[in-house]
This record gives sequence, C-alpha cells and structure tokens, in this order.
Amino acid sequence: MNDQNLQAAVSAGVMSAESEHRALLQSIVEVARAIFSARAASIFLHDEEADELVFEAVAGEGSDSLVGTRFPSSTGVAGWVLVTRQPLIIDDLEQDPRHARETAESTGYVPKAMMTVPLLHDERALGVLNVLDRSKEIEFSLGQMELLGLFANQAAIALDLLQRARHARAVLTQSGGDAGVIARIASALEGLDEEQREPVLRLLGALDDVLRADVSF
Amino acid sequence: MAQPEQQPERYTGETLPAWSLPAAASAEIGIGVEWPERVTRDWALGGSTGAGVRVCILDSGVQPDHPLVGALEGAVALRKTEDGEIVVEDDTEGDLCGHGTACAGIVRSIAPDCRLFSVRVLGAGFKGSGSVLLEGLRWAIGQGFDVVNMSLSTTKKHFSGLLHELADSAYFRRTVLVASAHNMPVESYPWRFSSVISVGSHEEADPLTFFYNPSPPVEFFGRGVNVEVAWIGGARIRSSGNSFATPHMSAICTLILAKHPELTPFQLKSVLYLTASNVGGANE
Repeated sequence: MNDQNLQAAVSAGVMSAESEHRALLQSIVEVARAIFSARAASIFLHDEEADELVFEAVAGEGSDSLVGTRFPSSTGVAGWVLVTRQPLIIDDLEQDPRHARETAESTGYVPKAMMTVPLLHDERALGVLNVLDRSKEIEFSLGQMELLGLFANQAAIALDLLQRARHARAVLTQSGGDAGVIARIASALEGLDEEQREPVLRLLGALDDVLRADVSF
Repeated sequence: MAQPEQQPERYTGETLPAWSLPAAASAEIGIGVEWPERVTRDWALGGSTGAGVRVCILDSGVQPDHPLVGALEGAVALRKTEDGEIVVEDDTEGDLCGHGTACAGIVRSIAPDCRLFSVRVLGAGFKGSGSVLLEGLRWAIGQGFDVVNMSLSTTKKHFSGLLHELADSAYFRRTVLVASAHNMPVESYPWRFSSVISVGSHEEADPLTFFYNPSPPVEFFGRGVNVEVAWIGGARIRSSGNSFATPHMSAICTLILAKHPELTPFQLKSVLYLTASNVGGANE
C-alpha cells in the first residue's frame, strides 16, 4: 500500500460519511432556492470518467426523483457552463438554442428561466449549480450573479469533500484487508473520548517506534 | 476564405538600437501627433465607424452571413491532428456554438466599417484546449491584427507563462488584446496581465458607456448585461456576462484606432482612461 492510499484509508476512517456531505449539498440548494424564490435548485457533479453530469442534490421540483440521474456532460446550458467555466443567466430558455428541451422534458419539469454557475475548485470544474425559474420579481443584476457565485464557492467545497470521501472509500475497497484495519483503527480512535484515547495513542506511538526503528531485536 | 493581409506599414522602432537612444536618433522618434490639452470622447472617436481597422474574433468561429455580423474578410480554424500537431486551416464551418458570432455582432454594431476576421479555437460543444488557444493567439499576433477580441480565458496555470509572453509580444507589436475577465473571482488568463485590456461588465444599456476601474486587475467595465446578441442559425438571444462586455470594449478600441492609427497599446489605454465614463473627458 503506497503513502497516498494509506492516507486515503485513514481519511476514509475519519471523514464524515457520504450522507453528511450530501446533507451539506442539499442544504446549499435549499438555501439557494429560498434566496432566489425559485421553483427549483440543483447541483450536478461532473463524473469525469463517464463524462456525464449527475444530479447530486435537488430542491423543489424533481427533488424526490432526480438524484442520481445522468446526462452526457455536453448537455444544454449546464454543459455549456461546465466547459466555458463561466456563469450563465438566461431568462427566456425557449428562445435559447443552448437549452436542451428534450432532456428537461425527460426530468418532468421544463424551466422557463435558468441561472447556472460552474463549481470551480483549484483548476477543476467539479460540476454546476442551477437555479431554475427564480421569482419574476427578482430582476437580473450583477449583484445576483455575485450572490450565485458565493453559493457556488460553498457548493464547490462541499462537492470536493464528497469526491474525496468517495475516493478514499474506493481506495479502501480496492486495497482489501490492510487498509481496512487502518481505517477501522482511525475511525475508532476518532470516536474515543480524551481519557480513552490517551492509552491507545501511547500504544500506537510505541508501535510507530518499533516500525521506524533502524535496529531491532 | 482569404487569409488576412499583412499589416499596413507603421513605425516599429526596428531601426533603433533596442536598449538605448543615441542623441542623433532622438529626432527619429518624434511622434508627430499632438494630443489636445483635454482629450475628449469627441476627439478620441467622434464620427468614427472603425473603417479599416482589422479586428480578430478569437473564439468559436463566426457565422459569416448573419445579418448582425455582415461580411467576414477571413476565417481560419485551428485543429489538433491525430499526432498532436496543431494546424491552421481555412474555416469552412463557421461557428459551432454561437459565442463567436455574438462577439462579432457586437463589434459590428458599434464599428460597422471595421474589417472582421475569425480565428476559431473552440470546437463543437464549446470545447477547446489551452494549447489550441495559445497557438490561435500566436497566429493572430503574427497576422498583425489591430485588435484581438478574447472573450475567453484559461484557468490552467501551466499555460499562463506562455500566454504572458504572447500578450507582451502583442503589446509591443501594436496588436491590442482585449480580454474578458472571469465572471467569478477565480484566477484565469490572459485577462490578468497588464499588457492586455481586461474587461468586466457594467449594467447600463448604452453600448458606448465604459468605466475605468481604479482597483485592477480588471481595468475597464463595458456593457455586459442583458445584451441582444447574434447567435447561430441567424438567431438573436439576450445574454449577460463579461464575454459580451469585452467586444463592446474591442469595438470602442476599434473606433479610436480608426481615427488615430498611430496609437500604441499604451497610448490607446491612456485614451481609454481619459475618455472613460467616470473620468473627465467622457461627455465632451
């Protein structure tokens, strides 16, 4: 097991469960929907391997059925935003050739207006955040775009954490028993209170010394 | 379509030593153009239609027969071959996604008599690679266009060094690069370089309103909200973003250069500053 995989295994042991990251994403789309008084808000993750966009969180229309649904990554406005890495606000989707109407129909909800922003982390575009059919009383302004950008930053961090957690778990599964033991130890250690932890850390410290020792008997 | 012609002859400084100015040579660099005591909008661009100025749209291609775009004088596309080589070919496909057509239409609407050229570096599905963008820019600078509109940027740090060199070389060769700032607070290039004219959006409806930003890196704000733009298939859509503010500034540069072809990018930027809507000479 190399260093990176070992770290991933330890991470898998101590990181929050996937359900907690999902809850964070869900709360982001719910707040985004509320702030813009929108019919729906959603987050797509870009699955690089399959080159597809996957619904990771949905608030409002489609919230009960869409999570996990996939589309080719170049689909519609979301695909445009993913590739150009620039936000896009369209108030008349019917007139816009970038709109993938058939794809929208397949989800059971065809929006009339859309605000979409890329989720950027370091040099990567992890996915996009959509706000669909915001209140007609909220006219587009650069301030709205900035607000959307702030949500996007938050969502990008959450999406990055989710991906790291998934990666760590994948490493754990692939590397079999050794990594599993380390992950279980890390996880159990994380759950101990200070009094219980102290002797365990002493024991692990001693084990570390033995493993690092240049001379052994 | 015809390839762009070579740039008209202009003073390049090539006859002088690169790093010094001998006493006898000082007369040779007389600029010969006097700026008025107060540089105004009217002096800078009043009556200009952009005639003769060669503007390159470095983007997704341009639909040549779109009513909002009119005639193109040249169009090429860059393509990566199977063995990784990047080739420049005559563009027979036009625009594959609409973005370049939108930019070209904005420039045409403000500078109707400019000479428009298209260099396509983004392919179908809006996809492009940093290396194709770099080569497209290198090619455009080699052609000596007066203005290159770049409503695009790359977030890839490893391209930034080469892009910086190209931006500086354009600056010294009198090709003005007008580059779109990212719409979100992220690092991307080449708009962050001081040798380009970087553009963000303002919300006003007048296409000639532009602001100087005293807190760079974005140096100017052009019209970028709720703009009616040309799109593929002869369509028109309304769109917002710095991508559309940038061709507004490219067009304003075009108007100024048509009237004052002697201006270097440094001088042009100074004229933009002096005639910006938040600076003295805007309304005169």
